Amino acid sequence: MAENEFDFSGLEKRLSVSRRTFLKFCAGVAASLGLPGHAAMAMAAAVADPKKRPPVIWLHGQECTGPTEALLRSEQPSLEHLILDLISLDYHQTLDSGAGHQVEEIKKKSMQENKGKYLLVIEGAIPVKDDGIYCKIAGETMLDLTHEAAEHAAAIVAYGSCASWGGVQAASPNPTGAQGAPQVLKGKTVVTIPGCPPNPANFIGTVLYFVTYGKLPPIDEYGRPKWAYGRLVHENCYRRPHFDAGRFATEFGDEGHRKGWCLYKLGCKGPETYNNCPSLEYNNVGGNVWPIGVGHPCFGCSEQGVGFEKPMFSLSRVLTHAPPNMFPEIESREDVSGMSTTAAALTGAAVGAVVGATAMAAKKLNEKEGDQD
Amino acid sequence: MTTRITVDPITRIEGHLRIDVEVDNGKVSKAWSSGQMWRGIEKILEGRDPREAWSYTQRFCGVCTTVHAITSVRAVENALQMEIPLNAQLIRNIIQTAHAVHDHMVHFYHLSAVDWVDVVSALDADPVATAKLAESLSDWHLNGPHEMKAVQERLKTFVGSGQLGPFASGYWGHPAMKLPPEVNLLAVAHYLQALDVQILANKVVAILGGKTPHIQNVAVGGVSNSIGHDAPSVLNIERLMLIKNFIDKLDHFVKSTYLTDVPAVGAFYLDWAGIGGGVNNYLSVPDCPQDTKGTQFDLPGGYIDNGDLASFKPITTFNDEYFRDGVAESSKHSWYTGDKALHPWEGETEPQYTEFQDDGQYSWVKSPTFYGKRAEVGPLADVLVGVASGNELYKKYLDQVMGTLKAVSKNPDIPLAAVHSTIGRHAARAVRCAVMVDTLKDQWQKLVDNIGTGDLDTFNPPEFPKGEIKGVGFHQAPRGTLSHWVVIEDAKIKNYQAVVPSTWNAGPRDADDEPGPYESSLLDNPVADPEKPLEILRTVHSFDPCIACAIHMVDTEQKEIVKVKAM
Repeated sequence: MAENEFDFSGLEKRLSVSRRTFLKFCAGVAASLGLPGHAAMAMAAAVADPKKRPPVIWLHGQECTGPTEALLRSEQPSLEHLILDLISLDYHQTLDSGAGHQVEEIKKKSMQENKGKYLLVIEGAIPVKDDGIYCKIAGETMLDLTHEAAEHAAAIVAYGSCASWGGVQAASPNPTGAQGAPQVLKGKTVVTIPGCPPNPANFIGTVLYFVTYGKLPPIDEYGRPKWAYGRLVHENCYRRPHFDAGRFATEFGDEGHRKGWCLYKLGCKGPETYNNCPSLEYNNVGGNVWPIGVGHPCFGCSEQGVGFEKPMFSLSRVLTHAPPNMFPEIESREDVSGMSTTAAALTGAAVGAVVGATAMAAKKLNEKEGDQD
Repeated sequence: MTTRITVDPITRIEGHLRIDVEVDNGKVSKAWSSGQMWRGIEKILEGRDPREAWSYTQRFCGVCTTVHAITSVRAVENALQMEIPLNAQLIRNIIQTAHAVHDHMVHFYHLSAVDWVDVVSALDADPVATAKLAESLSDWHLNGPHEMKAVQERLKTFVGSGQLGPFASGYWGHPAMKLPPEVNLLAVAHYLQALDVQILANKVVAILGGKTPHIQNVAVGGVSNSIGHDAPSVLNIERLMLIKNFIDKLDHFVKSTYLTDVPAVGAFYLDWAGIGGGVNNYLSVPDCPQDTKGTQFDLPGGYIDNGDLASFKPITTFNDEYFRDGVAESSKHSWYTGDKALHPWEGETEPQYTEFQDDGQYSWVKSPTFYGKRAEVGPLADVLVGVASGNELYKKYLDQVMGTLKAVSKNPDIPLAAVHSTIGRHAARAVRCAVMVDTLKDQWQKLVDNIGTGDLDTFNPPEFPKGEIKGVGFHQAPRGTLSHWVVIEDAKIKNYQAVVPSTWNAGPRDADDEPGPYESSLLDNPVADPEKPLEILRTVHSFDPCIACAIHMVDTEQKEIVKVKAM
């Protein structure tokens, strides 16, 4: 569809944004989803359609409301556009004006009227121990409510690490038997948007894909959209060259830390965590605003078995390649230009080893991806 | 005739809260506050590295993000009796004050305003008259007639779509709604504008914290941000100036909308200045430390007994014994075993679920006391403690809000005692928000100045001794007094407990069967229509409940969690 074939006058009024701004936004989303150029127009048309906005039922289990709070900070688009213009948020405990039985009745009515058509969003884990008594809403357990809402949902999105795989309360010894939605809803497709909380763009991009195409985007074996979770943090980290060159911070505030070197030896879990933090960053302020960007190791908040499970300062399992252990000590590489001959020779050897290792790792990675696809 | 009303879920809060009331002749005669979710995060912390406790505790709550991270590292640093660099204190102070600005604004405009504002009525407003009213209140640049007209048009389109989403269940046209259409339209306009402005506060938090919700620059011993001028460090003059740009915009909005909107709306609800008073004891802790040891603070703390400002007793340092020795928690009416009030370091907790028992156990929340008494925490406590301690900022903004309230309501005789009420909590939150913005500006300037002296330190490495140590960290969080209590043995967590603001306020009856702040404040609330208990929401929301925070557990003796009895 060409741009001039679509009437945007209603849209401009409804969204209070200019056609230009809106198309730019859609093009941005399409690009980050890895979609061809004409997809942006299809997306814009779907959203601009004045027909019914897709109904959304949003359940809160064992959670901290972090994912909803993340949406409050979203600008791509804002929460305001999302709930006034893009979706019909028919049940959401943090935002509903009414309370108690009024909201419960509206939820049931919407689920009935929109059987097979509503999008179910789950925020928070689902405790299953002791028949699920550790989380109740309106007298029902979250466990029962999840099964009930999932039965006739058109699609199910687990938003946040808690809903995706259990999150913080599932950490050992998991006192309440907290599980993610995919574990509770076995046999159903659940798209997961892990992160604690996730970047809201990963959620909205996925929801907009669904709204636009009426189907879910390509996902990996854990239900994660590949456009957002297809690469390790380590693979796109701006500190990666320091890893490859063997320049590491070993303590907060040390020379390497102050110079922005790699945080691997501080326990960074970027090498085993799949997420787009380094490319998308957080809160739209530019300048490396994301955890590693403020000098702190990634602790794998989105990765099951890593976040809230592995000690924060223990060395990561490196899924690409391990750093060579023949690097010189930190002290001997304070200043590259003043490097001793021995150190320079060692570095040369190290770089050679890394290049070889990287090539091997890339080959392996390609093979692995080929298997998956 | 007595009517029993159960409101479950309470919406527009964090977490899962159930409120039950008995209504006699149109007024509440009995109330129960019940937390409906339990996660056991403190249990998970046992045996882990104290240096990473903050990353778990921060996940108590995504609304109160930052606060449980900062308080956790303070508790561990207190156990180690260690100092942290001044830059680290100031960076944490900037994060916590910016977060508070966001939190208070969002609570008023997005979580509680629709208790008082009839959105549908705004459709009947005259946009020109609305603009005139708005411009008489402040110099905010988005108060003009074109803006008001655009907002009304937007609202018309939304309502006309027939899909009201989260607004479908609102109490529109309820007899307790009293604002004229123009004030309703003004509030809707600022509801939408505040959504944009609160993002700016979060950008301040994110630049230093790496992201929000859930910052990641926290470390026992300081912060992970490195400061430098001669290397590509993470915090430099460009980042500091970007922060300043956002702070200035926040300052403008808070002073010229939030600080005037609350008294302007409140003027139409003066009856609510006589409703919703709670236990009348107030507890606040000092915050924004100004030295490496935590002995000087910009925000005062202390305790006020029975609403009498003359009874004020200060809390002055991170090692304050008056605070440390006064806190206890009871679980007689909570779903845990045991019925005595115990100090957090000595607490015992084993789940014992029983369904809802009016005279027995009915909540996952425990009941904290201060020297045996229930105490309200939160902005109202902070403002009263601020005024009692002689703090100029609190006095200035409280006077300003009271002045606007008197002018708009044309009632010059409103006493200060009117703040012990439902509407008083909203007024106090607006006052505190203005104090937070000024404090934020001040902390930013101090950081810039301190870096200018050549001090670039942000971290002191912690060293854990063999054997047992104990610590407490506290924080004046947006919802009030927060404290984390930790026992460490051989560098591992032996015991961890958080006594959080919503535990103080939402707790059920205590060991002496005395009701908590929510429960006390609901007594004598009017309820016009038991089917639509708007008035109950008004009073409960005035506390800004946060239930995920409120529910936690500790187990001092490494016991396995025993079988839960589901009756």
